[in-house]
Amino acid sequence: VTTTAAAAPAERTGVTPGTGPGRLWPRRNPWRHPWFLEGFTWLYLIWSLVPVALAVLFSFNNGRSQSAWQGFSWRWYFADPVNSVLHDPNLHAAVVQTFRLSIYTTVIAVPLGVAFALGINRWRGYTSSSFNFVMILSFVIPELIFGVAMFFVFTALFTSVRLGTLAETLGLVTWNVSWPAIIVQARLVTIGRQYEEAAADLGAPPSQVMRRVMLPLLTPAIFASAVLVFSSVIDDFVLVDLLNSNSSNTPMSVYIYSQQRGGNGGPALNALGTIMLVMSFAVVIIGYAGYRWMTRGERGSGVAALTTIAGSEG
Amino acid sequence: MAAGQKRLTGQEAHRRGRSGGRQQPGAHNLFWIILAAPGIIWLTLLVIVPFYVILAIAGGQINQVFGYPVAVYNPLRWSSANFSKALQDVVGGSAFVGPIVARTLIYVAAASLLCLLIGYPAAYFVARFSGRRKVLFLVLLIAPFWMSYMMRMLAWIDLLQTDGYINRALRFLHLVSQPVNWLGGLGIAVVLGLVYGYIPYMILVLYAGLDRIDPMHIEAGRDLGLGRVRTFLRVTLPLSRQVILTALLITVLPMLGDYFTNQLLSGTTGTTMLGNVIDDQLSTPGLQGEGAVFSVLFLLALIVPMICYVMATNRSSREAS
Repeated sequence: VTTTAAAAPAERTGVTPGTGPGRLWPRRNPWRHPWFLEGFTWLYLIWSLVPVALAVLFSFNNGRSQSAWQGFSWRWYFADPVNSVLHDPNLHAAVVQTFRLSIYTTVIAVPLGVAFALGINRWRGYTSSSFNFVMILSFVIPELIFGVAMFFVFTALFTSVRLGTLAETLGLVTWNVSWPAIIVQARLVTIGRQYEEAAADLGAPPSQVMRRVMLPLLTPAIFASAVLVFSSVIDDFVLVDLLNSNSSNTPMSVYIYSQQRGGNGGPALNALGTIMLVMSFAVVIIGYAGYRWMTRGERGSGVAALTTIAGSEG
Repeated sequence: MAAGQKRLTGQEAHRRGRSGGRQQPGAHNLFWIILAAPGIIWLTLLVIVPFYVILAIAGGQINQVFGYPVAVYNPLRWSSANFSKALQDVVGGSAFVGPIVARTLIYVAAASLLCLLIGYPAAYFVARFSGRRKVLFLVLLIAPFWMSYMMRMLAWIDLLQTDGYINRALRFLHLVSQPVNWLGGLGIAVVLGLVYGYIPYMILVLYAGLDRIDPMHIEAGRDLGLGRVRTFLRVTLPLSRQVILTALLITVLPMLGDYFTNQLLSGTTGTTMLGNVIDDQLSTPGLQGEGAVFSVLFLLALIVPMICYVMATNRSSREAS
């Protein structure tokens, strides 16, 4: 008897305990472990993870197929003198471009977003709340429309910014600046004002309060948002698809898309995808470890750190 | 208890902060304005101005010789040339947009409902029942969130090839005699691709919301004699209405602008979505003005759900603090 089959009669008979002779099934323990749910969750996890594991496996395929296993090799990474990621100039450029964009974007977006969050949060007025609204709105606009706006502004108005790395970086910073801005604002709310006021009462000017009190308190949030920005740039597709101009500024996600769609698929694309995967996971592991280390004095669990790094809680 | 305490001290601090801040408002404000200024300038130049440029191009002209759009920045001189061309595509003799919009809505509705039906039970289990194995489950649940969308699509392209593992399994089980051409334009492949692509984002939101539900409410339902199913229907589900709405919005909004999933998993005109229309027009000289018009219309259609989403996140962050 599966849980659902048993739950339906339990619903009918078990609501008022001891209804008497009409009861066919004994009331089941409501605190029993939900095996059906657990099985469902495992099935979901298998469905969500095994296909990607197979795609990683095929990046090591010793043949041109992405679907039939022909033995293990490193040829698509570096062994092949022409078509490997190491030797094909386009594949190589895609890896470099993704890495470059992630670094540029993180370095610009995080300080910008943190300063914006601090200023907006403390400066109460019409201007600040409307720009906060603009920031949050730019966070929820579908990326395609955001990309269209960026494409037009760089091709019709700010034409000195040509499509390419600069346009990609400006677009990505604008798209990702909300991460630090939102996370730092959430953290400011939980910190409260006591520390800041204590420092001010002891005679510290605002700049010193900021440097000595607020920034140390905000460090974990800033760090978490940097991890999020870096990894979302690795995964970004729509903006860079609309803002790249040639193969020297095409990052991995766009390269995989255009080649696979053009019918030029092959294990080399799986190798690129695997490199993206390794990059993301490396960033996340560093992020998780760093976040745990920074918050080591605070109460809080690994679970909380995980959800923060994934951007669901400030 | 701890949360209530925190809320109390928070309110107190807020009150004190307000009265304390009133002492020298001018000097303090200047410092915060300087801090916020770079972000404000950035958002003005790269969010507000670009969206005005879309309007200027939608209301502008097309260069007759080279086909590039000419932006007109004065709203009084906007022409309706691009709008009437777009209208031709929607209702005119060569109208092709209607069926595409309908298809987009059907795909997105089906995919987001499937996301919810799959994601909710899994998120619910991890939030409530995973016990000591919570970190393990959470790592596995969040892992796809960190995998590139393209890599995850590539995974399904590999599996769905005519000689891929799906077809091999189906033939091994004698369910089909000939391999199915999954990537040849099947709507179901696109919908499953959308589900697979967007479900990690939804699950994360669902988990965070369901984890916040106080188990005491559920225990109270049980103590008052409700069975499992009734407790869920009467207690847990009503408590998670807000998070379900947020989770649906977080997947529906980007799905509506998706133009790559169907290109990778089908690539035929039979599965074209609204995003493809805009993307194609953007890369075709002469049609960019129309692309701007469709972007504006698309944005107008989404303004209500977007504001709903902003308000929902504001509310939940207020509740959390």
